[in-house]
Amino acid sequence: MGLMERIFGISWGVHPDDHKRPAADVPLRRMPLPARLYVPLQQHVGGAGRPIVLVGQQVLKGQLLAEPQGNISAPIHAPTSGTVVAIGEVTAPHPSSLPFAAITIAPDNEDRWLETTGVADPFALEPAEITKLVAAAGVVGLGGATFPSSVKFSLGKRCEVTTLIVNGGECEPYLSCDDRLMRDYAAEVIDGVRIIMHAIGARQALVGIENNKPEATAAMKKAAEAFANIHIRPVPARYPMGSDKQLIQTLTGKEVPADCRAAELGVLVHNVSTACAVHRAVRLGQPLVERIMTVNGGAVGKPGNLLVPLGALVEDILACCEPLGEPVRLVMGGPMMGNLLPHGRVPVVKGTSGILAFNAAEAVTPEAGPCIRCGSCTKACPMGLLPLEMAARVRAGDLTGADNYGLKDCIACGCCSYICPSHIPLVQYFNHAKGELSAQQRTKLRQDATKVLAQARVERQEREVKEKAIAAAARKAARNAARAAAAAATNAAASASEGATT
Amino acid sequence: MNSSIFSAAPLSAPHAHIDASVSRVMRWVMAALAPATLYGFWLFGWPAIDLWLITVLATLFGEALCLRLAGRRALPVLGDGSAILTGWLLALSLPPWAPWWVGVFGGLFAAVFGKQVFGGLGQNPFNPAMVARVALLISFPVPMTLWVAPLPITAATAPGFVAGLHILFHGLPNVDAVASASVLGFAKTELTRGIDLFHSLLGAGAPHTAISGFRQGSLGESASLLLAGGGLLLLGLRIISWHIPVAMLVGIAGPALIMHQIDPTHYLDAATHLLAGGAILGAFFIATDYVTSPNTKGGQIVFGFGCGFLTYVIRTWGGYPEGVAFAVILMNTLTPVIDRVMMPRIYGRDRRGTPLEPDRVR
Repeated sequence: MGLMERIFGISWGVHPDDHKRPAADVPLRRMPLPARLYVPLQQHVGGAGRPIVLVGQQVLKGQLLAEPQGNISAPIHAPTSGTVVAIGEVTAPHPSSLPFAAITIAPDNEDRWLETTGVADPFALEPAEITKLVAAAGVVGLGGATFPSSVKFSLGKRCEVTTLIVNGGECEPYLSCDDRLMRDYAAEVIDGVRIIMHAIGARQALVGIENNKPEATAAMKKAAEAFANIHIRPVPARYPMGSDKQLIQTLTGKEVPADCRAAELGVLVHNVSTACAVHRAVRLGQPLVERIMTVNGGAVGKPGNLLVPLGALVEDILACCEPLGEPVRLVMGGPMMGNLLPHGRVPVVKGTSGILAFNAAEAVTPEAGPCIRCGSCTKACPMGLLPLEMAARVRAGDLTGADNYGLKDCIACGCCSYICPSHIPLVQYFNHAKGELSAQQRTKLRQDATKVLAQARVERQEREVKEKAIAAAARKAARNAARAAAAAATNAAASASEGATT
Repeated sequence: MNSSIFSAAPLSAPHAHIDASVSRVMRWVMAALAPATLYGFWLFGWPAIDLWLITVLATLFGEALCLRLAGRRALPVLGDGSAILTGWLLALSLPPWAPWWVGVFGGLFAAVFGKQVFGGLGQNPFNPAMVARVALLISFPVPMTLWVAPLPITAATAPGFVAGLHILFHGLPNVDAVASASVLGFAKTELTRGIDLFHSLLGAGAPHTAISGFRQGSLGESASLLLAGGGLLLLGLRIISWHIPVAMLVGIAGPALIMHQIDPTHYLDAATHLLAGGAILGAFFIATDYVTSPNTKGGQIVFGFGCGFLTYVIRTWGGYPEGVAFAVILMNTLTPVIDRVMMPRIYGRDRRGTPLEPDRVR
């Protein structure tokens, strides 16, 4: 933290009501197995998995269902034991409600694990071996980014990372899954942190935990006591503290350059849930098949944290939390950055940190008014952007103008939309503009490629015409020469005969 | 461009919103203005109350008229409180016993030419209340510089409700009996007559400033303490930030201090400059108008200082005794430029927008 921040507090971000309690204080429960699990093949950034099971096949919990495709991808494992009953399409957890591929499993309710073997001493292994184990277990960034963790490990190894930052910020309101995890599984998280440090070659780890989670901080401090190079650092509760760039700046004072990865500064960020998943993958050999998620919101009678098998439907999860009537709005993730769900018949994925069922009072979307240029958005923006200027340009269709104001640096954290007294959906504008810009870029690339091809075609045709002309000229010359030779020969013969006759 | 994304219910996060609205901001500003306004009502009696009311109503009417002409429903827009606030601020800057048509002309001008011709709330480049005040001052200099001595509503000689309406609609019965100059105008007139400040201000019948606000001046400008208290309330509620008010007051007081040190016979002291005219009202309530002031802290300091400094320059060397309205409008013209030049630094980039060097950060 810089000097100014120490004296005046953090100048960016917002401080929404956190709504974390009472859900955070309720003991963790395990969700009873539903009738069906719909395990999506795409639960991560990168290529979707390729199914390797057949319909009708019996699978055990943890058995490989789909193998990764491409350099950036992750395998998918069975979340419980049972029968594969279908490989088809389900609704994706996205406002578009587009379909995506999933493997449907009918649980046999025995929840039998595959025979797994863990590693007794991971620190004796080569870092690359650990990366391999983590990749095979399908561990991805569980903070929500769902980037395959093993790929990030290799990146850390390449860039000589010295500091591992462990993100226990959990700055999103309503969510408390990381809080619960740190309270109940602190030792596992710390062990995972040590394994990651070994895998990436980091010398120290800084665990950032927002100061609104005293119980989690205490538990983690206790678990980390024995390790001098793991520091538990409470950070101010301020949204978006859980964002990589802001957390790195708060903990190390380093600012990540705009066109650079944090790893290039010698820093790598991993979430606490990811650390726990790494622990399970390496020590127990268990792949990532379930996770803790928060079920919260005004339409939930019994809010709390559940250990949920991946692929469970949102409506099945809500059903075991005593729903209070039909929710008016369903959100996957936190209220600041989560996805609006079209309905409850969508499966949860590895990146799902919570399910929010809002009642009518919480789901109010105030009507947008004119911008009064109050500058609240400017003050709140953690990236130092001018959201009001960008929005004015997006509205006018001037995407290049918006881009000049730093549209690409927007992290879509939602602070500006949250704070706007005119309730202008600024993030919506920016997402729209980013989509348009990338579409324009794609079109331009395509056009450029077409232009290159067309140019090549014209050149080829010209060349062919020229070559034909040259060939024709050569043929003509040859013909003429032959004709001339023939004429000369006839002349010579004629003169010879003439000479003979004279 | 597809306009549906601007009108449909948003799909994007966030799904939570702060419990604030434009009308709430406006209500707080009005609440902060109320004590000074009530003091002005007490100080100048019924004619002032009537003038305030007629100005606010004229502004609302102008706004409603434009909205109807644009084919929009007027009531929801009037409900945001911005038109009332514009009329209110304009009324506070008028001479308290000005005739009715000054309030009506000013109110209509503020709403129509100050704001709605540009597209309504958020679109106007100039502070509407100040645009109207300047238009009035240039068009009707006589009624706009006719100041009455304070005559509290509780005094025996104060005009009653009926007499107040009479003054509003038929003008002052005997202008010379009640009219006098404000301290800034008085000092300027005497200086042009060759009488220096030592003699003019100490002479009998010279106007003076008072921290209590018991002085000649516009309807709501005189109660400096109450206005500053309202300003502090807005600062405390974080509706305004300190940058513009502090910079503007420094912009007035700084040159005043220096010039008064150099030549006290020709230049008024800093306290008089701060307490006279619309300095406090301008610093806390007028220059801080969101729509027409810059957006960043640095820009606000530049803007505020410019407002203060120009006010001092106009008061001291300009043709008018008071310059807050002109200064604010002049600085309004610079707002887009200031916003353009003083853009905040983006995270991970330097001031020019080039990405930081990773080696340096590391």
